[in-house]
Amino acid sequence: METMTLNLKVWRQKDTNSTGGLVAYTLETVSTHMSFLEMLDVLNEKLLAEDGDPIEFDNDCREGICGMCSLVINGVAHGPWNGAATCQLHMREYKDGDTITIEPWRAQAFPVIKDLVVDRTAFDRIISAGGYVSMNAGGAPDANAIPISKSVADEAMDAASCIGCAACVAACPNASASLFTAAKISQLALLPQGHPERAERVLLMVEQMDSEGFGDCSNHAECEAVCPKQISISHIARMKREYMKAALMAK
Amino acid sequence: MTLDSKTPDGPLAEKWDKHKFDLKLVNPANKRKYTVIVVGTGLAGGAAAASLGEMGYNVLNFCIQDSARRAHSIAAQGGINAAKNYPNDGDSIWRLFYDTVKGGDYRSREANVYRLAQVSNNIIDQCVAQGVPFAREYGGLLDNRSFGGAQVSRTFYARGQTGQQLLLGAYSSLMRQVETGKVKMFPRYEMLDLVVKDGHAKGIVTRNLVTGEIKSFAGDAVVLATGGYGNVFYLSTNAKNSNATAAWRCHKRGALFANPCYTQIHPTCIPVSGDYQSKLTLMSESLRNDGRVWVPKKKGDTRKPNEIPEDERDYYLERRYPSFGNLVPRDVASRNAKNACDEGKGVGDTGLAVYLDFANAIERMGEDTVRDKYGNLFDMYERITGENPYKVPMRIFPAVHYTMGGLWVDYNLMSNVPGLFVLGEANFSDHGANRLGASALMQGLADGYFVIPYTLGDYLANAGVSGTAIDSVEFQDAEEEVNAQIDKLLSINGKKTVTDFSRQLGLNLWNNVGMARNEKGLNTALKEIPELKTEFWSELKVPNDKASLNKNLEFATRVADYFELAELMARDALERTESCGGHFREESQTEEGEALRDDENFSHVTAWEYTGEGKAPNLHKESLEFKNVKLTQRSYK
Repeated sequence: METMTLNLKVWRQKDTNSTGGLVAYTLETVSTHMSFLEMLDVLNEKLLAEDGDPIEFDNDCREGICGMCSLVINGVAHGPWNGAATCQLHMREYKDGDTITIEPWRAQAFPVIKDLVVDRTAFDRIISAGGYVSMNAGGAPDANAIPISKSVADEAMDAASCIGCAACVAACPNASASLFTAAKISQLALLPQGHPERAERVLLMVEQMDSEGFGDCSNHAECEAVCPKQISISHIARMKREYMKAALMAK
Repeated sequence: MTLDSKTPDGPLAEKWDKHKFDLKLVNPANKRKYTVIVVGTGLAGGAAAASLGEMGYNVLNFCIQDSARRAHSIAAQGGINAAKNYPNDGDSIWRLFYDTVKGGDYRSREANVYRLAQVSNNIIDQCVAQGVPFAREYGGLLDNRSFGGAQVSRTFYARGQTGQQLLLGAYSSLMRQVETGKVKMFPRYEMLDLVVKDGHAKGIVTRNLVTGEIKSFAGDAVVLATGGYGNVFYLSTNAKNSNATAAWRCHKRGALFANPCYTQIHPTCIPVSGDYQSKLTLMSESLRNDGRVWVPKKKGDTRKPNEIPEDERDYYLERRYPSFGNLVPRDVASRNAKNACDEGKGVGDTGLAVYLDFANAIERMGEDTVRDKYGNLFDMYERITGENPYKVPMRIFPAVHYTMGGLWVDYNLMSNVPGLFVLGEANFSDHGANRLGASALMQGLADGYFVIPYTLGDYLANAGVSGTAIDSVEFQDAEEEVNAQIDKLLSINGKKTVTDFSRQLGLNLWNNVGMARNEKGLNTALKEIPELKTEFWSELKVPNDKASLNKNLEFATRVADYFELAELMARDALERTESCGGHFREESQTEEGEALRDDENFSHVTAWEYTGEGKAPNLHKESLEFKNVKLTQRSYK
């Protein structure tokens, strides 16, 4: 098995109110078959053995769907692989002697909790502002009552595939949450089930997004470039159109 | 203790309707007087919390992740079953019921499974109304595909991300209730104890994972939806944070643990690549619709797969099971893969893998159609292995995936501790000894959207508003125990990490209580697990910080419980000398090597009662009656 030695620079921060900084580590015998997070596991086991403090980082499913993992790797949210979350990145990307810098998501709306872990509850609040269809369990009509063309369903699914990881915010020079917010607005604007609340939804969600301290979109498209689900910024365009229509029509 | 399943009388098809009428109601004005604690935000917990909020109850909802949207249900890929019969291929509620009972190898409760099949159709309606973008045909109607253990197409799906879409549907309803104020969310909180007062579940003790604060919450009922215990094996397809602690602590407070030996080993996972492996990744069972499973006919054949001619390949599932072929149920597919590898026909560097080949499918449908159906799964495979499955066959091997066992519940999904309800994978009730593909999502949502809203009201109407205060002695005692355990874990200051112990325990279980079990191996496990547990409590090393985020400490509290649960799994597997579903006792097999049940002696649920530290648990049995299906040797030939 091929192995390598890596120079790591990892952001360490005790808690929200402390000042953090990059700390250097050398890690030997890293296998090319490891995932990036397994490499950090190995580093943490080494730190523990040396009576050090392991590095805290969020992770859960480790297959790119839960949206929990969140690392900026050499300046790029989720690292160098297109359409992949950090947990899907594997070490065959790197070679012996490489230096890798690992930092948390950085945005005013996402305070650092510890080391590489940040607080993303602002995203939940954006969804609770209107990212749903107001219907109670029990009264739904038959699922085939409203046909939806395959192309519309597919486009809605493209938007709905958002995993809420917030890489879009981390990559944006304005720390804008537009791609995340637009993905939900777009999904429900495309589907007939979302139409009754379409105007109200976009106004409420955008207002919440702004009040959380996220910046506005200025079309850098960095979000699309790092999105692990490759969600298109055309959804942001749809959100803007929806917003304009709703704002003009508002009572 | 007699176990009363409270299954309603009357014909099978009428039981649920009759029962719903017989259940007491809480009138709308009174619902707001009750507080319900829901632990977990997956399909079962999220759907329950949202639905109970919609009905007007005050809900306190807890999860260990940073957001309710990240519960492990999100990782389910393939689909969700329902008896809609949209494809007009002969499906019905009865057939879904029958397939599920048969698929579970006749070890589930008939009435529960029938209800599950009945409400399956409501689930699809509910999810579509929420805006879940299921796959559709060009005409605009919903598309279906087939899954293991069924000969009809009844599986609804959203690309390879069905669990994600269903969970985000439930999450959106939940967030709507958060906005109305009916649900209060507690993310990054872990339940570490159940509080029982006067015999009823009245609250929980939690740890705030960010600040380390130990805090109690009181309620009129506790709904547990904390998933399964597959991570006892260390390597599984479960998320890293999935664990058994909430359920196990309930067990130690009196809730019976049913059928702990029933674990599902999923046949199509990406094989282990090294000892740093932290988890295993599943490739959806839907791949077996078009992929063909094979190994070389010759032992130790080291040729590349495309160099092995057709007549030197053994498509062993198609050969042995001509009518179901590659779509046999999971337990059968897994065991056959193990057998092929045991015979020395395994492929890849480790010899612990078989091929899943799409060459025929690509030839038949074209690469674009295959990409459309399975693209994200193929991408996932390529990212992990560095191999392109459009060009070379996938290598797959079975991995621990789901646990059919769980806390014992009656027909109302209430445990034997009044006021403690258990939903989804955390309970034991619907899948018998083997779960069929696309049935976990169905059960989670059935429990959360369409069962608990009815059955909880009946309990509350009878029990009344409790008004239990968290300064009562029961809460104080539970908090003290939780604090004492954490202090003890931090004070050991040994040499081995929690990962070392978890990995060692998991390997022991995999070898002795895994895909094939025998008396000798099970006795070995029963001897070695307590020894390892003793070592854990004297050699563990955890960073000594309980007042901030400390993942090692979180895992230590979970692994401490795994030792106890693992022992119970081995004990249950030893007790059940028959084979059934995912539980394969080598001593009990047919001449053809299939699982051989012993209906005369084992047509029952085993439900274990905790009796104290280091003491043997008491065994209770709920006998299973089959009045509507005939018990047969399961055959997929």
